[in-house]
Amino acid sequence: MYAQMVKTAGTGVKTPDEMSDQERAFQARIDAGEKIEPRDWMPDDYRATLIRQIGQHAHSEIVGQLPEGNWITRAPTLERKAILLAKVQDEAGHGLYLYSACETLGVSRDELIEMLHAGKMKYSSIFNYPTLNWADIGAVGWLVDGAAIMNQVQLQKTSYGPYARAMVRICKEESFHQRQGYSIMMKMAFGNAAQKAMAQDALNRLWFPSLMMFGPPDKDSVHSTQSMAWRIKINTNDELRQRFVDQTMPQMKYLGLTCPDANVKWNEDKGGYDYSDPDWDEFFAVLRGNGPCNKDRMAARVKAWEDGEWVRDGLMAHAHKNKIKNAAQVAAE
Amino acid sequence: MTRDQALFQFLLRLGDSTLILSHRVSEWCGHAPVIEEDIALANTALDLIGQTQFWLELAGEVEGKGRSADDLAYLRDVWDFRNLLLVERPNGDFGKTLMRQFLFDAFQSLMLGKLLKSSDKRVADIAEKASKEVAYHVERSAGTVVGLGDGTPQSHTRMQAALDDLYPYVGEMFVSDAVDAVLIKVGIAPDPASLRADWDALVGRVMQDATLDIPKDAFTHKGGKTGTHTEHLGYILADMQFLQRAYPGAEW
Repeated sequence: MYAQMVKTAGTGVKTPDEMSDQERAFQARIDAGEKIEPRDWMPDDYRATLIRQIGQHAHSEIVGQLPEGNWITRAPTLERKAILLAKVQDEAGHGLYLYSACETLGVSRDELIEMLHAGKMKYSSIFNYPTLNWADIGAVGWLVDGAAIMNQVQLQKTSYGPYARAMVRICKEESFHQRQGYSIMMKMAFGNAAQKAMAQDALNRLWFPSLMMFGPPDKDSVHSTQSMAWRIKINTNDELRQRFVDQTMPQMKYLGLTCPDANVKWNEDKGGYDYSDPDWDEFFAVLRGNGPCNKDRMAARVKAWEDGEWVRDGLMAHAHKNKIKNAAQVAAE
Repeated sequence: MTRDQALFQFLLRLGDSTLILSHRVSEWCGHAPVIEEDIALANTALDLIGQTQFWLELAGEVEGKGRSADDLAYLRDVWDFRNLLLVERPNGDFGKTLMRQFLFDAFQSLMLGKLLKSSDKRVADIAEKASKEVAYHVERSAGTVVGLGDGTPQSHTRMQAALDDLYPYVGEMFVSDAVDAVLIKVGIAPDPASLRADWDALVGRVMQDATLDIPKDAFTHKGGKTGTHTEHLGYILADMQFLQRAYPGAEW
């Protein structure tokens, strides 16, 4: 899940009696499963919530290039390097679609980026954890992309048309990412003793942060009800987290790796695994800026943006000159 | 020098240059001035890795000692690398990275154009595949050099500085030696010196549009094609080869 703890705008779910005629008609369209399109009327709070959610999702794709990019120059074979480059290129592409989807709501990409850099918008907490050994690149694909897919599959049915359509395309690429991650994990887990140790180390560090990607437990999730009524969110955090654990445990068993959660156990009655909560204090500390990489990630993005200013200005100035030149040419003809 | 010995050296010159340039370009990942450029840089690095796989695989085959493309990329030391010095130059700012790319793309597009007619079908087939990608690379890098050269006063100044800084590494592309002599004779590869006039014409047109001045009396640094590199290559290899060196024989 690349968008977590998105604060829903407004004062909570209104009853039909409390809604204006426009709001009632809007809610009826959502309830009938219709897609809302950019030119349609929508409540201000629906728009504001979507901007936060899609923007956070876009930022996550862009910041997410950094932990994986960390290993491109050190990828162990030419093929692994090519696959990782293709994957990171896809992530940047996802950022681009999502910023474009967000722009249909009346906010520009530059404004969103400036809000991120000013600390007024967030990206997923997971990218504040480091990639320390090569197996981390496998674990990021397997666990992090796996968790992201769990969320994004349901978002293909989200009520806002441009977001839902972006998700359809993104989901196809993400499932390739997850497979490449798992393929690295297999090589490592079935490799020599050092490789096995790297695989276990990566799993130990990334398991709980991956569970955090789904956001706080439902009982503490204050923003969900309105977002679910608007179908901006389809499933609850705990539903998705459970599905993720159930999907991942057999894969972990196949790899012969040990889950860092000693309490993880199949529960026949519920037909799913019991598992321990991640440390939510750590989660909130990371969101507040105290994760292992928050400062480095933001510093890298801000530097890229500031160092690139002369490039953006130069290319814009050139495009402007060309426009004037072409107009003069047309006038002369 | 036998035909195969010369061909092996020539293939390393091609494959090592694309490998090292890809490495440099991939260092940008996540740090470009705008998302479209992040995508374009990753795409260029990816194309160059694909070409590297073809050239080095063929090099291993021609050498006949059972070395794979990965063995050649990951298990040779600096003195066995045959890439141009130009491609190991540090990235500098975005303008310098794109200037280096254009100077190389212009050369590579001309070289591949000649290799399409190579008497060795394996070489011609790789050139065919690579030339489609390189046609796009040269179009993009030329467009960016023009856009930034003829952009703002600041972007112009930076691009002129990039050209002045990199130009002494251009001449090496056109130096002919005994390796080339063998391959020219059997029709496998062109004389690099014969590409200079077309390169000057192409680069001249682009620099004119970019309002940039080509340095007059640039010194020519050389040595890359025969294995005498700058200090930078050792660090590139230390990064690139780390896992293969630290865990010999592992499968990845």
